Amino acid sequence: MNASVIIFYIISAFILGAGLLAVTARKIFRSAIWLLFSLIGIASLYFWMEVEFVAAVQIVVYVGGIVVLIIFSIFLTQKSGDEMPKPVKQRAIFSALAVLFGCGFVFNLIREFGFTSINQQPFEVKVSDIGMQMLSTSDYGFVLPFEVVSILLLAALIGCIVIAMKVKHTEK
Amino acid sequence: MNEITVTHILFVSTALFFIGMYGLFTRRNMITMLMAVELILNSVNINFVAFNKYVYPGKLDGIFFTIFVITIAAAEAAVAIAIIINLYRSHHSIDVEDASELKY
Amino acid sequence: MNNYLYIALIPLLPLASFLLLGLFGRKYFKTFSGTVGTGSLLASAVLSLFTAYHYFFIDGKVNGVFQKIIAFKYTWLPFSPNVSIDMGIILDPISVMMIVVVTFVSLMVHVFSLGYMKGEERFATYYAFLSLFTFSMLGLVVSSNIFQIYMFWELVGVSSFLLIGYYFEKPSAVAAAKKAFIVTRFADLGFLIGILILAFYSGTLDFGVLIQRLTSFQSPEYLNITSASFLGASMLTWGLTLVFIGGAGKSAMFPLHIWLPDAMEGPTPVSALIHAATMVVAGVYLVARLFPVFSIDVTALQIVTYVGAFSALLAAIIACTQTDIKRVLAYSTMSQIGYMMFALGVSKYGGDNGLGYMASLFHLFTHAFFKSLLFLGAGAVIHLVHSNEMKDMGGLRKLMPITHITFLIACLAIAGIPPFAGFFSKEEILSAAFNSNKLIYAVAVFTSGLTAFYMFRLYYTIFWSKDAHVHDTHHGEGTFSMKLPLLILGALALGAGFVPIASLVTSDGAALETHIDVGFSALPVLLAVAGIVLATFLYKNENSKPQSIATSFGSLYKAAYRKFYIDEVYLFITKKIIFNLIGRPAAWIDKNIVDGFMNLLATTTAKISTAIKGLQSGKVQNYALYFFGGIIGLAVLIIYLWK
Repeated sequence: MNASVIIFYIISAFILGAGLLAVTARKIFRSAIWLLFSLIGIASLYFWMEVEFVAAVQIVVYVGGIVVLIIFSIFLTQKSGDEMPKPVKQRAIFSALAVLFGCGFVFNLIREFGFTSINQQPFEVKVSDIGMQMLSTSDYGFVLPFEVVSILLLAALIGCIVIAMKVKHTEK
Repeated sequence: MNEITVTHILFVSTALFFIGMYGLFTRRNMITMLMAVELILNSVNINFVAFNKYVYPGKLDGIFFTIFVITIAAAEAAVAIAIIINLYRSHHSIDVEDASELKY
Repeated sequence: MNNYLYIALIPLLPLASFLLLGLFGRKYFKTFSGTVGTGSLLASAVLSLFTAYHYFFIDGKVNGVFQKIIAFKYTWLPFSPNVSIDMGIILDPISVMMIVVVTFVSLMVHVFSLGYMKGEERFATYYAFLSLFTFSMLGLVVSSNIFQIYMFWELVGVSSFLLIGYYFEKPSAVAAAKKAFIVTRFADLGFLIGILILAFYSGTLDFGVLIQRLTSFQSPEYLNITSASFLGASMLTWGLTLVFIGGAGKSAMFPLHIWLPDAMEGPTPVSALIHAATMVVAGVYLVARLFPVFSIDVTALQIVTYVGAFSALLAAIIACTQTDIKRVLAYSTMSQIGYMMFALGVSKYGGDNGLGYMASLFHLFTHAFFKSLLFLGAGAVIHLVHSNEMKDMGGLRKLMPITHITFLIACLAIAGIPPFAGFFSKEEILSAAFNSNKLIYAVAVFTSGLTAFYMFRLYYTIFWSKDAHVHDTHHGEGTFSMKLPLLILGALALGAGFVPIASLVTSDGAALETHIDVGFSALPVLLAVAGIVLATFLYKNENSKPQSIATSFGSLYKAAYRKFYIDEVYLFITKKIIFNLIGRPAAWIDKNIVDGFMNLLATTTAKISTAIKGLQSGKVQNYALYFFGGIIGLAVLIIYLWK
């Protein structure tokens, strides 16, 4: 029982608690903020797992980008201070049951499987390694996905603009 | 419980996944549904990193996957918001129960 | 396969004419269709006469006995190696005689109709139907396979239906056509069962093989069929009786005769063709074709004899009272066919014992000519007077001389006065009857007296009786095309008796010696003359004696006039019993149970679908929940339960 384990449990509780509040909060703005806390918790989990680069990316992109986007869209579409309507009772119960059952099922599977590591090498992640591998063209090089993702981002950018554009009615 | 193994982290990510699913099934507001989807994507990211660290420590593939997932999740969130805005313009509400044109 | 293959043309030419006129007649041929039909039939008639000449006088005999020649055979539907439906053409004395009779009478009717049906709107259809009928009848008489004869039997029934119902705007014609078809179809049920019985026991459908197997007393088929019995009669009797029922339906024997008087609703040339010379003798032909088998079963032969004799007598009595000239002729036909039937019934097979067989077919031959002549003459009279009733006629001998003379010749022929045709054939029948069954002989002689009486009653009321009061005589006696057949048939009614049928058509193929016994023939001829004298006395000049005789007979006269109420009995059985007890419950079951079941299936499906369609609510989250539930279910199934 060392500090690392205790910190892990605290972080996990934080993530799950914030997540639960994010999906059950009645006011939408509070829900967005709980989501923000949950994502920060996940970033701290990455820090605990010694993958600092991913944690940094998580904070920059997810927290700094997506949550901000969500908050802007909340402002654009509704009054953020009001209560949201409650979910349909029947559906809430059924989905809770289904989710709990699914959770238990997957827990069981994971416990039965018992993951073991293939080779006992030390886990060292250097950012330079990540950069070299990302842009290399040899085996295990990720330059093709990198380029494709950039095209995807371009397409998403254009697509969003087209979808969300106000269509002006032209006189025929 | 002296050591954290993969199994613990997988438990956490599974629980987060199913919390996200609950939110997807239950929430009536489309933007909150989007937030639940983000939770799901994050749980998957945790899975990738955990497997990379504990099961395949020599390689970096899990981390790359995670980076790409984050990128694409960002693009997807943007497109989803655009669609929600478009839907809001035609229905004047973002209650997902109102968008039931596929009813029999 | 031999050089008789051209015989296939004899039925096929009328078939081609039917197809041509039926498909294109109305639009392209119009009045030319009469020429097309008559032309094809002229070719058929010439071919048949050539065949007859070739068969009877050149080729047919081997050792003085006429052979059965299979001109053509094609295996059509084999059920098993032994039992198959073949299409074949058989040539033997009766079939050759029949093709001559059928084509010749049909040709006369075709020529007569050129004048009689002129101006009719559906002229081409009429000739198409006539060709169809001729094709069916020719196919029937040359059939070598019992199923083939059944097929053509049905075709003849259909053509008869089409022709009787030719004036389909008249409800009485439609009813008559339906009645004819239904009654004969009902009789054909018996025919079919009879065919099946005979085919089952003899293991074949071919006439030659069937007759050979069932008449040789040692063959296993014969032993089987006579040992198996049902309700006390052997299966052979059942088979033959059922086949005879089919024949009795087509030949209008009692009690299946009800359709024949009503069938007079058709055009008169049609009655001349169908109900005088060809279709109604199909039953006689059938019994003659199966005669070797009939001759070994005493019960079946007795049934044939008594039914024939009773029909002859009944029809003669009814004919004495009828006032519609076509109905008189219809009952006269029924009576003469009764003669043919009982002549077959009193006959035996082979040599001098086969006199009845020869006499029956001789009478068929001569009857065809004088009966069709009578009908065509009646047609000419109806054409002039525009009515069928006797009271509208009278004194027509000056207006239509040719019709008068030929009608008189035919009446003398049917009455059996020498030297006209009917005398010779009736003589043979009476001598065959005398040699075997005296009761039948007595009935036959009495009926021939009645025949003479009612035929001359008809003759006098049409041509003498009172002065003619026909208002429009613009088309006089009729065109040349109407007179020519009358003349030709008149000559035949005179001379057909001299054709030596006895040496050509006999039960076993060998020639038969016949002679006229003056002493024996004296009695029937005297009775006939007495009938004629009585008719002259009562009908030559109009007077009240017939009426007083009729009232003195009282209820007997009334019953005979109403055809002995047989039609009413049939109507009662069908309407009160069959319709109410069988028809209505069956209809109820069909509407409520059968249809109800189908409707139940449909409404159940609709209800289930209404219940299920709630699943498609349009709500995305519901769909996601179902999706997730499915995944979990599948995962549990595959991971834990799959063995």
